[in-house]
Amino acid sequence: MTCTDFLSKLTDYFDGQIPADLLVEVEEHLCGCHHCEVVLDTTRQTIAIYRDRDIYEFSPGMRERLHTAIMAKCTPKV
Amino acid sequence: MSTVPASPAFDESALVVRARAGDTAAFSELVEHYDRRVFRMAKQITQNDDDAEDVLQETFLKAYTHLSDFQGNSKFSTWLVRIAVNESLMRLRKRKTSKTVSMDEDVQTEEGSIPRDFAEWRPNPEQLYGQSELADILRKTIQGLPPGFRTVFTLRDIENLSTEETAEALGLSVPAVKSRLLRARLQLRERLSRYFRQKKEA
Repeated sequence: MTCTDFLSKLTDYFDGQIPADLLVEVEEHLCGCHHCEVVLDTTRQTIAIYRDRDIYEFSPGMRERLHTAIMAKCTPKV
Repeated sequence: MSTVPASPAFDESALVVRARAGDTAAFSELVEHYDRRVFRMAKQITQNDDDAEDVLQETFLKAYTHLSDFQGNSKFSTWLVRIAVNESLMRLRKRKTSKTVSMDEDVQTEEGSIPRDFAEWRPNPEQLYGQSELADILRKTIQGLPPGFRTVFTLRDIENLSTEETAEALGLSVPAVKSRLLRARLQLRERLSRYFRQKKEA
């Protein structure tokens, strides 16, 4: 397996969607290729770092203002 | 005798049923539960504060108006996300004059999709930067991503939608979502590596 082959499987690898026989090849490649090991690890960190934190401010004031504006337009249905 | 739970759990489907019957208090609870998520997603896709506020309002108003169309085959949150995505993309398209933002055309740029930086991230980013500095880096980095990639990354990796749900929400094929997701992840990784890479020993 080449590095390009490995990269093309990266998304399936994260999703656990690689068939068992191919997975052995992927793991073998990872053992022998430090570059791909780093790419795998830092890509995993990239996903986690965005998933784990709120990077946009949503202040209580803004939240309340928007909530009030929404509910003012939601008239009870008959 | 009725029992009152100590801390009432969030019961999405019960709230939807009540809201559909015209109970605005129930709908208000749904807004309260999902507003942060909708805002974050809208901000992530549009990269604009005013647009994100508009998307938030419009998403909930549309949801309220069309509650009767919601069949309950999918989760309410998935339905809501789909409305929010459409609203976000609409605003994104409106703002872009020169560059086209098309979800059905393949994004051409390959820049940064081939890994070039193979340094480890040590110490890890949290040890390297304070929270606000880190958030700044993350905002700047995702902002530089082409909108088509940013949107797929947001839905798949941040909002945790499945590949199929993402494809459906964006009107893309599953292979197109996979290919964009890979390139989005690799581009973000490459850009973040400028900040997080292990410093070479002097």
